[in-house]
Amino acid sequence: MLDKVLFYFFAGIAVASAALMVTRRNVVHSAIFLITALLATAGIFLQLRAEFLFIVQIILYVGGIMVLFVFVIMLVNLDVALQQIQFARQKWVALIVALALAGQIGVMFWTSGKMPGQGLPVLTAVAANRLPLNSEAVAKNLFDSYLLPFEIASVLLLVAMIGAVVMAKKRA
Amino acid sequence: MLPIEHYLFLSLALFIIGVIGVVTRRNVIVVLMSIELILNAVNINLVAFSRLYGDVAGQVFALFIIADAAAEAAVGLGIIIAFFRNRETVLADEMDLLKW
Repeated sequence: MLDKVLFYFFAGIAVASAALMVTRRNVVHSAIFLITALLATAGIFLQLRAEFLFIVQIILYVGGIMVLFVFVIMLVNLDVALQQIQFARQKWVALIVALALAGQIGVMFWTSGKMPGQGLPVLTAVAANRLPLNSEAVAKNLFDSYLLPFEIASVLLLVAMIGAVVMAKKRA
Repeated sequence: MLPIEHYLFLSLALFIIGVIGVVTRRNVIVVLMSIELILNAVNINLVAFSRLYGDVAGQVFALFIIADAAAEAAVGLGIIIAFFRNRETVLADEMDLLKW
């Protein structure tokens, strides 16, 4: 019961603020609504007993990436940009793409209910008290099975850092 | 845990809202933020299935996606700053240097 209340609370906040993010004219408002959507997603992670990801989401996404976004919004000229039209004339394209995506996934749900044994898995979730401690389990899996991807991700971050510096520095 | 469909539908809703944002907005910064929203929707799927199977590999993949999103945001915002310095605009349809 508590699970259900928490899920619908966070899911409602996430979907509502995502919709507001896409529709607000002011870019700063969009950024703020994206922050609430990301925080609500962090709540969903907590409801799924993924405590480590919950903290990472808040520290890294909300504390890191979104600060970067707000910083860049302040750097580029906001007053000029606000006067311009904020929406491209692609409403029909957007509608068609969204309907196609929703249709595909709807067909997937529909057919998965028809075919016994081939649809969505009907396993019952592992009981919460039998789950290992989350941070420990994630760290063990990360450094045991996924050590090479972890190193590649660190190289990717280094490349991104150098690229960002090169892009943003003044031309000599 | 609720049935997995709840999480799939939440993820689907966020993904489609993100796609609509990418297609309809002119401001490149908002387009980048919509892409962050799409990556986030994928993360919900991964974590939900990780909980369903009791296997933390899904959460590890979500961590990789977060690292990816950070890299993408850093490079993308660097490009936006460089472009704004040259052309004084952040609107996507005025970025037409490569258009014939």
